Amino acid sequence: MSQELSTSGYLSEEELKDSPGIPSEARRKKGPVAVIECTEDIPCNPCEASCKVGAISVGEDITNLPHLDEDKCVGCRTCVPACPGQAIFMVDENIGEGKATVTFPYEFMSLPEKGQTVSALDRSGKELGDAVVVGVRKTEKMDQTSLVTIEVPREWSMKARGFRFKK
Amino acid sequence: MRIDEHPILGTFDKGKKVQFTFDGRVMEGFEGEPVAVALRSNGVLVHRYTTRRNEPRGVFCAIGRCTDCIMVVDDVPNVRTCVEPLKEGMVIHTQVGKGPEMSE
Amino acid sequence: MRRCEMVSIGAGPAGLAGAIEAARNGVEVVAFDENERPGGQLFKQIHKFFGSSVHQAGVRGFNIGNSLLDEARKLGVEVSLKSVVLGIYENNVMNVMIRDKIEQVKAERILVATGASENMIPFPGWTLPGVIGAGAAQTMANLHGIRPGKRLLMVGSGNVGVVVAYQMLQAGCEVAAVIDAAPKIGGYGVHAAKVARHGVPFLMSHTMKGAHGKEKVEKATIIQVDEKWKPIPGTEKSFDVDTICIAVGLNPMNKLVRMSGCKTVYVPVLGGLIPAHNPNQETSIPGVYVAGDVSGIEEASTAIIEGRIAGLAIANSLDYLDEGPFIEQRNQQFQNMEGLRSGSHGDARSKAKEYLNAVMKG
Repeated sequence: MSQELSTSGYLSEEELKDSPGIPSEARRKKGPVAVIECTEDIPCNPCEASCKVGAISVGEDITNLPHLDEDKCVGCRTCVPACPGQAIFMVDENIGEGKATVTFPYEFMSLPEKGQTVSALDRSGKELGDAVVVGVRKTEKMDQTSLVTIEVPREWSMKARGFRFKK
Repeated sequence: MRIDEHPILGTFDKGKKVQFTFDGRVMEGFEGEPVAVALRSNGVLVHRYTTRRNEPRGVFCAIGRCTDCIMVVDDVPNVRTCVEPLKEGMVIHTQVGKGPEMSE
Repeated sequence: MRRCEMVSIGAGPAGLAGAIEAARNGVEVVAFDENERPGGQLFKQIHKFFGSSVHQAGVRGFNIGNSLLDEARKLGVEVSLKSVVLGIYENNVMNVMIRDKIEQVKAERILVATGASENMIPFPGWTLPGVIGAGAAQTMANLHGIRPGKRLLMVGSGNVGVVVAYQMLQAGCEVAAVIDAAPKIGGYGVHAAKVARHGVPFLMSHTMKGAHGKEKVEKATIIQVDEKWKPIPGTEKSFDVDTICIAVGLNPMNKLVRMSGCKTVYVPVLGGLIPAHNPNQETSIPGVYVAGDVSGIEEASTAIIEGRIAGLAIANSLDYLDEGPFIEQRNQQFQNMEGLRSGSHGDARSKAKEYLNAVMKG
């Protein structure tokens, strides 16, 4: 396990860069794409099984880190609720006006509402600033894992990984 | 303290609402749930006082193994309240030390 | 005296899985469980499991529990609740306390699947109401629908600590911090990340100094430790919490196997004193098998596979399952297990299990 993750509980952006599940900046600018923040050799592969276009590969040894084929990924978000570790996000840096959307799995009681302003948080739970909720999705297939999409300034696309309701 | 709706589990199946007394005070809980849960929902965390040092004790393991949660229930001492199902009209008392002596 | 072909002691994931495989091949099985509900710790697990499709990855623990129960019932396994096995005596005779009565039961084969109990660390104030095991927090929130408290401190960063910390957030509690005397988080990084993203600080190299309060927990004080585990004066930190959850490891509930006289070995990485067993999960007492946490602290998914292996071996040993199909199905289970015992978390356990098998050989 990486140094930062094993002492503080969250990955630093530096540690993420080498992970095979992280799409390049060029790909993120083209449209919605999965961001798989899985850096530990835990035996696990539901992400691979969930992807309908074969963009995620783990392979026969299920401790392999998931590899993202960013050209195959169509940004359908099916893998986001499938990851038992809630380590997959969807990022879209192609919405214009210097903004991006981040979609993350959400398993708490009060679902936010579309249009609501919330505080975006980084991986350590620190507040980045205000963000608007632009999508909330919950289907039976997701088995109680909802998808929440927030709109943030583009610079936060690889930072914002959660939110807190504003008081 | 009670969870009205849980994001994964939804609502909890509970029996009917019943009344019981704790140290003379009337309280409400759900039939069949552990006495300790009914007490906790009413803000009661101290279940007994130890024999030698008179120290407060309450729930620890919550599965009936450690016996820290024992109380006097319907005149019977040493009842493990974390597994004892609540009944209408139960009379529950804080257990002091070993509790009252049982009659023959 | 009641006689049956197989008894599962414990109707948790290992005991049920063993009962299912044996019953599927025609063995008559009774599962005794001391609790009011079967399923062991499985029903308290509300997160999606890891692994692959054969391990039911992506399915929540309690749903796996429900499907095991359904299968067991359909196969005619008798699940006897509020039934405590008091002892295993010679010739596989057991005394079982079923509610208030004690019955003698003799079984051809016994599968001990009694699971584990929580470790403790004593500290000043640890007896105050509000100090609870992490399992207790899970039981309260996920079984009984009540928050253990408003704001808690989690002591221990292994998988139990980080998973329960997250479950407490889901239940609507605040988590002040997760501490661990070790320098590194013991559980999976992704479990920790789920908690960290809510702003919960992880304080490694810290241990409990004391719990304070009048009649119940009101404050917790922690202190940093050096590389020799010695507290460093002046590094105390306090948290206003009403609950302190202790998640400092599990150890196998092995009293029954020890009583039966089977060979045990002290294996720290598996949690303590472990009954030696062969790859078929059979101990040094012929006819007595072990599976799940009692044979080494691992996970629910490994408990299920060990249970299945024991169940198949029992069916084979009672001549219900021929050698050919037995080896084939057992090898499939071995393969499923391999995946789970690999990687940096699984390697050490894999070697420990091989050691246990080797001890059996002599």
